[in-house]
Amino acid sequence: MSTLKMDLSSYKDLLKQYIETQNEQALYRAEQFSKHSIQQNISPDEIVDVHVQALSELYPDIPENIMNSMNFLLETMISYGLAYQEYQALREKQFELQSEISVAANMQDTLLSTTKPNVEGLDIGVTSHPAKQMSGDYYHFVQDQKGSVGIAVADVIGKGIPAALCMSMIKYSMDSFPDEQMYPSSILEGMNRVVERNVDPSMFITMFYGLYDQASNHFYYSSAGHEPGFYYSAKNDEFSEIEAKGLVLGVDRSATYKQYETLVEQGDMIVLLTDGVTECRAGERFIEREEISDVIHQYKHLPAQEITEQVYQHFERLQDFQLRDDFTMVIIRRDV
Amino acid sequence: MNLNINVDDNEKLKTVTLSGEIDAYTAPKLKETLLPLTQEDQAVVKVDLEGVSYMDSTGLGVFISALKSTKEYDSQLTLVKMNDRVYRLFEITGLTEIIDIETDSTVRGGM
Repeated sequence: MSTLKMDLSSYKDLLKQYIETQNEQALYRAEQFSKHSIQQNISPDEIVDVHVQALSELYPDIPENIMNSMNFLLETMISYGLAYQEYQALREKQFELQSEISVAANMQDTLLSTTKPNVEGLDIGVTSHPAKQMSGDYYHFVQDQKGSVGIAVADVIGKGIPAALCMSMIKYSMDSFPDEQMYPSSILEGMNRVVERNVDPSMFITMFYGLYDQASNHFYYSSAGHEPGFYYSAKNDEFSEIEAKGLVLGVDRSATYKQYETLVEQGDMIVLLTDGVTECRAGERFIEREEISDVIHQYKHLPAQEITEQVYQHFERLQDFQLRDDFTMVIIRRDV
Repeated sequence: MNLNINVDDNEKLKTVTLSGEIDAYTAPKLKETLLPLTQEDQAVVKVDLEGVSYMDSTGLGVFISALKSTKEYDSQLTLVKMNDRVYRLFEITGLTEIIDIETDSTVRGGM
């Protein structure tokens, strides 16, 4: 049927065949004809025009009032034709934008890429999925020569491209901290000043920063208004909230951040997340935090990476595979 | 879900009553209404959140902008009657320390 052209004679034949036999075959061909016309950018008024011509050739005696009504129809279809042209132009523009956004998203991936460190005695897992093409969530690992691992998890309020651009700024500010200042409270205080100076007032960032000292198995951490994570104690087989108080970044220039520390025992897990995990909704119902720790508990025998993936899949299913917000989860477990 | 915004603009006290959900879609509308109020010199603005069933972090952004403008215009902003889920959001982000929040007739936060 692809050879079918918008020519009068084939349309006339088709029309004649249908009027005489009214069979399904002709209707099917009419459908093919219209699909083909769409591909060829033929507007609805042009089709009506062809129809009018075919009709007058097939039935030269057609009553004048019927012919007039057909011309009337032709006029009314003209605006549809124009709207259709506009739609085509918009569609092309949209394709262009989409490809630009995907270039930007790839660039974001490159700019923000971080390598999960291999640390003896620690099992680290991380899963991060954007709700749209570009993510406003961010996580970053830093490893210093003494074997300490720094972990940042952050969330820009606001989604999409502005949030993503903001994250690149955060990443580069983080990279500029010298090794000896990698303590959570000083990092957050530094970041707070950067954000306060450089970011639009309605935009702000929540961030959790933790430093795992491999030599002593101490975990130091501070939070700038970030969704609390979980601490799993293997000895008691129970989860507790990682409580850390602190103001979101970018609101008050003089904010200070309290630093907490805890001794991590063998088998214990530190779970860090963004509010895309806790703000997850199943239908009209919100996910309770206990539900998250229950799911982690269910998979705790798996390696850290697999736990994060299983949790993601669990909540993705609950939301019918339509994430409303970016989802990021990091798990650090002391193995030995 | 929508957000209904009702403003009672009294000379001395401006009361904004909200009901519905504050999210990325409704937050711009709230910002458009709330900011001109807190940007009036020495205005006293009270926001009633009793009817707000859900708020996400974009809603927090609006209240932070409003709070910042109170410092510029010497106006006052108080949030009243929010449910526990909404309050938790202010608490986690540390904003209860810097925004005036009244719940059940007790002042939980302070400037």
